[in-house]
This record gives sequence, C-alpha cells and structure tokens, in this order.
Amino acid sequence: MTQHSNVLFRFAAPQAFYGLAGRLWPWAAALATLLGAWGLWMGMFVAPTDFQQGQAYRIIFVHVPASWMSMIIYLAMAFWAVLGLTFKTRLSGMMNRALAPTGAMFAFLSLWTGALWGKPMWGAWWVWDARLTSELILFFLYLGFMGLTASIDDPRRSDKAGGLLALVGAINVPVIYFSVRWWNTLHQGASVTVTQGSSMAQTMLWAMLLMALAFWLYAIAIALYRIRTLILEREKHTQWVEAELRPEGAS
Amino acid sequence: MSPFLAVIRRDLSLALRRKNEVMTSVFFFVVVAALFPLGIGPEMNTLRLIGPGVLWVGALLASMLSLGRMFAGDHDDGTLEQMVLSCASLPSLVGAKILSHWLLSGLPLVILSPVLALQFDLDVQAIEVLMASLILGTPLLSLIGAVGAALTLGVRGADVLLSLLVLPLYVPALVFGAGAVQAQAAGLGASAHLSILAAMLLIAAVFSPWACATALRIALE
Amino acid sequence: MIWNSASEFWAMGGYGLYVWGSFGVTALLMGGEVILAGRRHRHTRESLQEQARTNDLAQDTAQDWQT
Repeated sequence: MTQHSNVLFRFAAPQAFYGLAGRLWPWAAALATLLGAWGLWMGMFVAPTDFQQGQAYRIIFVHVPASWMSMIIYLAMAFWAVLGLTFKTRLSGMMNRALAPTGAMFAFLSLWTGALWGKPMWGAWWVWDARLTSELILFFLYLGFMGLTASIDDPRRSDKAGGLLALVGAINVPVIYFSVRWWNTLHQGASVTVTQGSSMAQTMLWAMLLMALAFWLYAIAIALYRIRTLILEREKHTQWVEAELRPEGAS
Repeated sequence: MSPFLAVIRRDLSLALRRKNEVMTSVFFFVVVAALFPLGIGPEMNTLRLIGPGVLWVGALLASMLSLGRMFAGDHDDGTLEQMVLSCASLPSLVGAKILSHWLLSGLPLVILSPVLALQFDLDVQAIEVLMASLILGTPLLSLIGAVGAALTLGVRGADVLLSLLVLPLYVPALVFGAGAVQAQAAGLGASAHLSILAAMLLIAAVFSPWACATALRIALE
Repeated sequence: MIWNSASEFWAMGGYGLYVWGSFGVTALLMGGEVILAGRRHRHTRESLQEQARTNDLAQDTAQDWQT
C-alpha cells in the first residue's frame, strides 16, 4: 500500500508531473488522431444511411461524444476537487483549470450540434428536451467555474474556491437533471430521444464509440499540455523551472 | 444568549436601522409582478397561466439580488473574521446569517405574494400552494445562494459572477416551486412537488452552512 | 463505400448544412483550442525566459557594483 501511495504522491509534485505530462500527451494526441480518423472513416464512409433520419443522423458521431465528454470532464473536475480539498495538493487545482475550458467547449458543441440535429429532425433549433436543457445548465456551471477562478487573483484561494464550486456543482448535477426531466415530462414536452430508440447498426455504434474514445484522448492530451503551461507559470520561481527554461548551452 | 441567536439579533437590528435590504427585494418583486402583465397584455387566461412562473422567477431574482450583501457588510468591518476565529461553530453562525437573510429578503416576499397573485387572477387554492412553495423555496434559495456569496466574497465583479454561479443551482428549486402551483392548477395536486421541495430544503439546511463555512475559510485565509 | 459521387457526399442527402455545420464547428473549435494552447505555452515560455534574463542581468549588475 505504501509503495503505491509513494508513487502516486510522487507525481503530486508539480515538477514530477510536468515530466510525466510531457511524456504522455504526445501519445494521447497520436492515439486520439488515429482513433478519430478511424471513427470518421467508419461514420462517414462505411455506416449506412439511417432509415428514418437520412444522412442527418451522422451528426451523432460528434454530438454524442461531445455530450459524454462534457459530463466526464465535469466528473473528473469533481474528482480532482475532492483530492485537492482533502490532500491540499496544488496540482489538483491546476488540473481543474486545465480541464475546464475543454469541458466548456464540449458542452457548447453538444448544444450546437444538438441544435443543428434538432432543426431537420424536430423542426426547431431548440427544444426544451430534458437532456439539452441539462446540458445548457452544465455549460453555465463550466462558465461559472471559469469565471470564478479567473476573478480570484491569489492562486491558492482560486484553486480551493474553484474546487469547492466544482464539487457543489457536481453534487447538484443529478438533482438538476432529475428536476429538468420531471419538468419536461410533466409538461409533456418534446419527448424525443437523442439516440436511436431501436438498436443501432453495428457500424454506427462502432463509429460512435471510436469517436467518443478519440474525444476522450483528445481531452486528456490537451489537459496535460495545458497543465504544463500552468505549472511553468505557477512554479516560475523554482530552480527546476529556471533550469528548464534556460536555453541549451547557456550557463 | 446563544451565538446563533445573537447573530440573528444583530443582523436584524442592523437591517432595521437601514431598511435597504428589505426594501430592495420587496421593491424588485413588486416591480416584476407589475411589469409582466403590462408587457404581456391583460388577457386573464394568459396571465393565470404564466402567473406562478412569473411570481416564482420574480422571487428568485429578488432573492438573488440581495445575496451579495449577506457576508459583504461583515467582511468589510472585520466581524466576519471574528466569527471565523471564534470558538463558536462557524456553520451555526453561518446558519444564523442565512436565516436572517431569509427573514429580511425571503419572508417579505412570501407575505406579499398573495397580493401580487391577485394581479394574475390566481384563485385561493393556487395562492395557498404558491405561498407554501415560497415558504419552502425562499429559504432554499437563501441556503444555496449563501454558498455562492461566500465563494465570491471580495472578488472583482462579484455580483455578476454570483448570479452566474448560483443560477444553475437554483433551477431545481424553481422547477419544483413553480411546478407545484401549476400542478395544482392542472388538478394534479401539489403534494409531490412540495414534498420534494421540503426534502431539498432539509438537505440544504444540513449541507449549506458547512459548505459556506468552508468557503468563508477559503476566502479569508 | 456508400457514396456514389463526391457531390453526394457533400450534399449529405440534403442535410449538408446541418451535418457539415456540426462537423465544421467541431473541427474549428478543437483545432482552435489546440492552436490557442500552443500559443499560450510558447508565450509563457518566452515571457518567463525574458524575466529570467532580466533577473540575471540585474544580478550581474548588482554584483558589479558590489565589487
């Protein structure tokens, strides 16, 4: 047990994590590109036309992965928030700041692609579907996090406040979703399902999963890349950063 | 006198000396309720339909407007630091502040709501449900909003940021609060909505003071 | 291959605007994110290096004055 926790806590030090992130992100990015290309190939050139929705259904190959990622990233942020508040590690706050913009982007993409899918399918750019409405609220939660952490100058306070906000938000997400579902069904609103009701064709499902994996790896890659920038900024007064930045061959 | 009651007494006497806090919320609530019919038209059927929603949104916004002041005054004159440092339990002191906030900003809305509901031609049963939903809902809004107020203490642009932070978290209260009145109007009975609202209130009453205390410690260290 | 011609592919059965509007914005935002992240990293490195250089210079100057 102590051996494992030693390894884990070693990477809680910004310097160690900087190196780890530097080695990992290129692999994540390469894998993301590979899987993304494969997924797009399957989705755009192999998967058949949908019986009901024609070619428009192909939007799910970006809509569903974006939605999933917007939720997964928020969960990740809540996880790091718990770690940060419990162990008071600096890295947790930086991880959240690295993740939030990507999460917000995916939430926005989910809404955008959802609207573009909704228009041809249901005739409206926006429907107060429970999932879309919850996604909108999730988008605001992301914006709130980014706004709060940006407004607080002191990095330690900013990290902790952001962590607490992320945690409070994460706990509320199921409540919000449940309340919006209730509100939606009570008013007999658009009872549309975003994914196919019947089982999807194998190729469609496969393409969608590949895209989801690609988006996930993309998020990992870009978060790791971003956190390196944050670490440099935060730790600029340390010796290792100075050595890191010194051009090769200089004293 | 216990610290809890002492804080309430202090907040109430301070507010009654200045009267701003009570007046702002009340005024906003009245204005929203008065402007909507003017904006939408005097058709009674429409007004009866939108009335619960409009009144609830008005109460929500009025409550949200006064959130910034919950901790700011004490933060400015150093009382807040004393509270954090004192040996009295910070969550209970925070709970007292939230209760005072509700007494000054939420309770007046509940009391006013029947009068404003008449503008929307709501009948007696609807008004009863409206008041019940507001009595359960406004403290819930104060509890949720308090966490936002504590997180944004002393931050640049706190007002707008506070609204952004708190609005997503307000949605369940709004859905079930306004929904209760609409359910009653539809003949479905409001008990389910009100029970859920009560449950949320109880949970918030337990967790919010603790979360606020944590946020205040973060803000003040 | 399910498409009979390139124009069929772009038309997407009449839903071209929606499909390409979705994929296009997705590509735009993800690409933009990557570019912005890269730019920010380079900018940070450069400005920190600049700071380090000025610090070194200040230190050297201070040492010169002391001797």
